[in-house]
Amino acid sequence: MPSRLDDRLAAARAEGRAALVGYLPAGYPTVDGAIAAMRAMVAAGVDVVEVGLPYSDPTMDGPVIQQAADAALRGGLTTRDVLRTVEAVADTGAPTLVMTYWNPIEQHGVAAFAADLAAAGGAGTITPDLPPEEAAPWLEAAAAHGLDPVFVVAPSSSTERLRRVADITGGFVYAASLMGVTGARSQVGTQAEGLVARVRAVTSLPVAVGLGVGTAAQAAQVAAFADGVIVGSALVRVLLDAQRRGEGPEVALAGIGALAADLAQGVRGAQANVPVTA
Amino acid sequence: MSTRTAVPAASADAAGAAPSLLTGVQAAAGWQAFPDASGHFGKFGGRFVPEALMAALDGLTEAYAQARVDDAFIAELDDLLASYAGRPTPLTDARRLTEHVGGARILLKREDLAHTGSHKINNVLGQVLLTKRMGKSRVIAETGAGQHGVATATACALLGLDCVVYMGEEDTRRQALNVARMRMLGAEVVPVTSGSRTLKDAINEALRDWVATVEDTHYCIGSVMGPHPFPMLVRDFQRVIGVEARAQVLERTGRLPNVVVACVGGGSNAMGIFHPFIPDTEVALIGCEAGGDGVATGRHAAAIAGGAPGVLHGMRTYLLQDEWGQTQVSHSISAGLDYPGIGPEHALLHETGRATYRVVDDTAAMEALALVARTEGILVAIESAHAFAAAIEVARELGPEATLLINCSGRGDKDVDTAARWFGLLDEPADADPAGTAAAAGTAEGGGQR
Repeated sequence: MPSRLDDRLAAARAEGRAALVGYLPAGYPTVDGAIAAMRAMVAAGVDVVEVGLPYSDPTMDGPVIQQAADAALRGGLTTRDVLRTVEAVADTGAPTLVMTYWNPIEQHGVAAFAADLAAAGGAGTITPDLPPEEAAPWLEAAAAHGLDPVFVVAPSSSTERLRRVADITGGFVYAASLMGVTGARSQVGTQAEGLVARVRAVTSLPVAVGLGVGTAAQAAQVAAFADGVIVGSALVRVLLDAQRRGEGPEVALAGIGALAADLAQGVRGAQANVPVTA
Repeated sequence: MSTRTAVPAASADAAGAAPSLLTGVQAAAGWQAFPDASGHFGKFGGRFVPEALMAALDGLTEAYAQARVDDAFIAELDDLLASYAGRPTPLTDARRLTEHVGGARILLKREDLAHTGSHKINNVLGQVLLTKRMGKSRVIAETGAGQHGVATATACALLGLDCVVYMGEEDTRRQALNVARMRMLGAEVVPVTSGSRTLKDAINEALRDWVATVEDTHYCIGSVMGPHPFPMLVRDFQRVIGVEARAQVLERTGRLPNVVVACVGGGSNAMGIFHPFIPDTEVALIGCEAGGDGVATGRHAAAIAGGAPGVLHGMRTYLLQDEWGQTQVSHSISAGLDYPGIGPEHALLHETGRATYRVVDDTAAMEALALVARTEGILVAIESAHAFAAAIEVARELGPEATLLINCSGRGDKDVDTAARWFGLLDEPADADPAGTAAAAGTAEGGGQR
């Protein structure tokens, strides 16, 4: 049976466009502030939301996401707050995934986390430091609760590993556009298109591209060859900048809405008219 | 005694593999079952890393599997260990310390006398040779106290490789001497300002570098930790300590020691000396975790005594973490032990009971450091002083018939500033206190963010 995530990706495809996946960490600048920003993102055209679970040792994240995650943790954020965030965002109808390093799930209890995430209305997870070799307990728990377990592939993945990852992935395959950590870059990695083609050769699952995509023009470029475009750091940057300038939450939300709208145009093949990154 | 002949069980190698520092006793022990093919030590270890690194870890595993049975590689490593690093390191009878304690005969394995001043060079030489073998030209490393960073910078200078060392900003300030040493050796030292600015964050930063540079870069991890194959690789390169020490103790005393004691941060010096003794079940193995201000205060680095199993830095092991799985900041006066985890094979040794782990707090370690300096004329590293503190207790429990072997893992020159403050030996500070108590409290507080 197709999941909500499957349906949303299929709907985008039916419109002849890529889906837009937006990431923000829970708890930044506050739990409620993050919820408002995520809902603003959905209102402006983001199809799928990734709720980041801030973690003390985010080895796959660049400075922008680290900074927001550190602030969220200093503010006392817990996994319970993340689940509350999922519930509030899933209420919009957008499929909502939790992006998390593995240890917070393990400490919450693998089965308990799956049950709690499903109860909050979550659609699945993205677990970038959980390779297929270690994934069996999570796959079982996710399946028991109808959650899509999304896994990441990289330009360095062999064909055999692409197959192995695709075999256990639900929803879409997350293709990292480059070898590196999260963060907006001036150009989309040149390896992205080739990686998407290699993934398509081993699976019929949709393929979404993340890492280094931050502008409408880049979104349009990726949308031309992928089924989904994932944007994280560029959105987080809007919140960080608003905080740094001492701007009120309404300004930050307007900024998130403007960037998300621009990106939504991008995945529809339109070029941005407005410069978007700070 | 040459390094090669220091391998006593080579001829008894049950697997019949080429006798070498890498395979000797391990194959005879049956303990080679760990890690299993997927890199697990029982339920510990494994590989929890982004997919981007999996190909590199597979490549490293394969390169090492070939190198460890390649006579040319083994000969080159053995030669560097002997002619460059100064192996075998001596075994010292600590006569005045033994007399002072009034218990077991205390023997010291003198890794402090290895080139660069600690056991770290053993592992680094092996990994840097592997780096060249894999055709990579750049090496990155993390360091806490700076000893692994200095050893890595040294080996890279020797073999002509580019070297970048990540070090928590707090540690670069406190271990300024080692920062200068690394730079003298041609390494780039990058102060890490993210997270808690300590060793764990230096590892995070090194991993971020590696994901982006893995094609031409090797990450030279400094302890028996991280994703497979690192815990195995580093153990194998460090077990020369135990192979030598076992033969030296037998030669010196005619029997095996009753107890082997070593300090444990990530646990490479302990694993190095423990591993060849694992089959000798009559030999007790004792690891010493850093107790900081005491486990009860929450300000410590004792992952086994005060932590729980979890996943960090690519491995499942005992960790200091909160109920949500967020890593907690560790505390120890010793920068080299100030890490919230422990190598996965130690977690297994603990669970199986083959080794036991004790906690030594800052005060006990510093008292041992002073005692060893005055009785033996050896200024040991604060890390190693943790082993001495526990060993003194154990020696008393054992009594004079017994023999106790301590891994004296490093020299304490880098710690003179910390020790001088702790004991109030400096003329300058306005708060100098003859009893040393005020200065001690101030140092412990100021040293919290290591």
